[in-house]
Amino acid sequence: MKHLKFSLLAAMVWALPAMAADDFGNAENGAEIFDECSGCHELGQGAENGIGPHLNGIFGRKAAGIDGFTYSESLTRAGNDGLVWDLEKLGYYIENPQIFASGTRMSYDGLEDPQERADLLAFLRIYSDNPQNIPEAAPTAIAAALEVRLPPDILEIQGDSEYGEYLSSECLTCHRADGAAEGIPSITFWPEEDFVIAMHAYKRKLRPHPVMQMMAGRLNNEEIAALAAYFAELEE
Amino acid sequence: MTLNRRHFLGATAAGAAALSAPMVMGGSHSKPRVVVVGGGAGGATAARYINKDSGGEIDVTLIEPTRRYYTCFFSNLYIGGFQEMEDLGHGYGNLASQGVNVVHDWAVGIDRDAKTVALAGGGSVPYDKLILSPGIDFVDGSVPGWDLSAQNAMPHAYKAGSQTELLKAQIMAMPEGGTFAMIAPPNPYRCPPGPYERISMVAHALKANNPTAKILVVDPKPKFSKQGLFEEGWNNHYGGMIERIGPDFGGENFTVDPAAMTVDIDGSVENVDVCNVIPAMKAGRICEMAGITDGNWAPVNAADMSSKMDADIHVLGDASAQGDMPKSGFSANSQAKVCANAVRGALTGSRVFPAKFSNTCWSLIDTDDGVKVGATYEATDEKIAKVDGFISQTGEDAALRKATYEESLGWYSGITADMLG
Repeated sequence: MKHLKFSLLAAMVWALPAMAADDFGNAENGAEIFDECSGCHELGQGAENGIGPHLNGIFGRKAAGIDGFTYSESLTRAGNDGLVWDLEKLGYYIENPQIFASGTRMSYDGLEDPQERADLLAFLRIYSDNPQNIPEAAPTAIAAALEVRLPPDILEIQGDSEYGEYLSSECLTCHRADGAAEGIPSITFWPEEDFVIAMHAYKRKLRPHPVMQMMAGRLNNEEIAALAAYFAELEE
Repeated sequence: MTLNRRHFLGATAAGAAALSAPMVMGGSHSKPRVVVVGGGAGGATAARYINKDSGGEIDVTLIEPTRRYYTCFFSNLYIGGFQEMEDLGHGYGNLASQGVNVVHDWAVGIDRDAKTVALAGGGSVPYDKLILSPGIDFVDGSVPGWDLSAQNAMPHAYKAGSQTELLKAQIMAMPEGGTFAMIAPPNPYRCPPGPYERISMVAHALKANNPTAKILVVDPKPKFSKQGLFEEGWNNHYGGMIERIGPDFGGENFTVDPAAMTVDIDGSVENVDVCNVIPAMKAGRICEMAGITDGNWAPVNAADMSSKMDADIHVLGDASAQGDMPKSGFSANSQAKVCANAVRGALTGSRVFPAKFSNTCWSLIDTDDGVKVGATYEATDEKIAKVDGFISQTGEDAALRKATYEESLGWYSGITADMLG
């Protein structure tokens, strides 16, 4: 009964007719979707790092967690800040890689269809050591995953750059105005949209850094847009 | 007064530009004048932002006695051997070349009616708005047996520079197995984790050079900033070296004897080889001279850091009594930006935005073992009030602690550039 209830709920959230037997995705379909990834990522017995890291045991692995593989600075930082790949976080990352690491080397636009994401994750899960320990997706997690892309109205806000200049003074206590980045990343010369996506990811505590979660946490949509507009103007 | 004027200008945005400086100012001088006393994290930031953002519409004078400013933040890392003193020193050349009138002199008096600041070297400087950011001075008699004349025998090292160098030299010259003692300050004081980061850095230096030495902390406070993190770190890195005597064991009942190099703790006399006395603190003396203190500190309005006693004087950083923010360089820098925005608005009619404050304090416990605590704040009618905060957790992995330390290096580079251009 409980199981049936979950399936119904999930079906409503996903607006799909029926769930696969393994609750959160169809691994067979996922194997086909993985063809798109396999140019860079190896998986299965004897998998090695290629253009991207191998994905055996990706569930429960710390982000940028394979010694010897050269990750982007952004993803390395996210890992050091405490990002660990679980079902939810992998779902977000596959949906939009920019969410966790603006400078990720993974040149992938993201997988928009939630069913396809679930299928792909079901396939990846087979290659983690303890699949039985991986929680099945709760309906709320799936609902959240649906919203990880920012709605267009947030991305389209025209920021008040004069207000942004005032707000930016708070950033510049740590981040260098000249774009130098030692220990703390540069925030100048960013495309406006990347900036907005990153700040909202901190605000929603998807990205793990506690200072940034706190700073972004009290900025509203207009204030984030104002900052993005100001830092974009700096570029000109 | 300031509030009314600011609101008046703010409410009539179109008319504000027309009013502009001369009308607010009156008199013959064509530009409004801001004088800033103290070139540290609060004062230098305020001077730089008002000068930069007013685009030449405001005359900014910075009065600072020293030509080279040594940051108090990171000076513990010099004691631990992680920083060179030279790298902690910064000049005012960039501010001057950007148009700030930098005067290297002591401010020795303030005439609030004439609106002038008297200088030790003679003469006085007129102001329309005065910003005081003098940092701290010590409360006389707060450590029985100690006064400033004993600061060579028992250094405070709580204003960075020669005092810090002296303390480090004494630590390096300690006899084998000797005792380093610290008299920790009572609340409130500059840099809440500072004394305990210092203990960590002293332990780091002694572990390498004098591993049988002992560290004794005499502390009048029952608890202290980041206590769990420091105690965990001391245990992990310096097991058995550090003993802290809190008020429950007599840590608030002490006297020192700088001539005999002894510390009397609750009637028990200890011979010590180095004694770091950090006395109780108060606002830098110029605040008292200006008559804007209440007790040891200068109370301010949270919205714009203006003094509760004089609307044309603003007080930043350690010297202010503002509410929930700790006395830190980061806080002073944050307050300076809110103040700069408000002062500029009052003098030129530029837009005034809501006050937002923040602070983060990093501390180093041992090599690559950094921790931090921070919070955001907002202005209420009564005070600067905490909104949200975080603190490093005990048991964090080494990679995160290393990243936290590296982040602190990035912050140092960021804040010094933000203060001094």
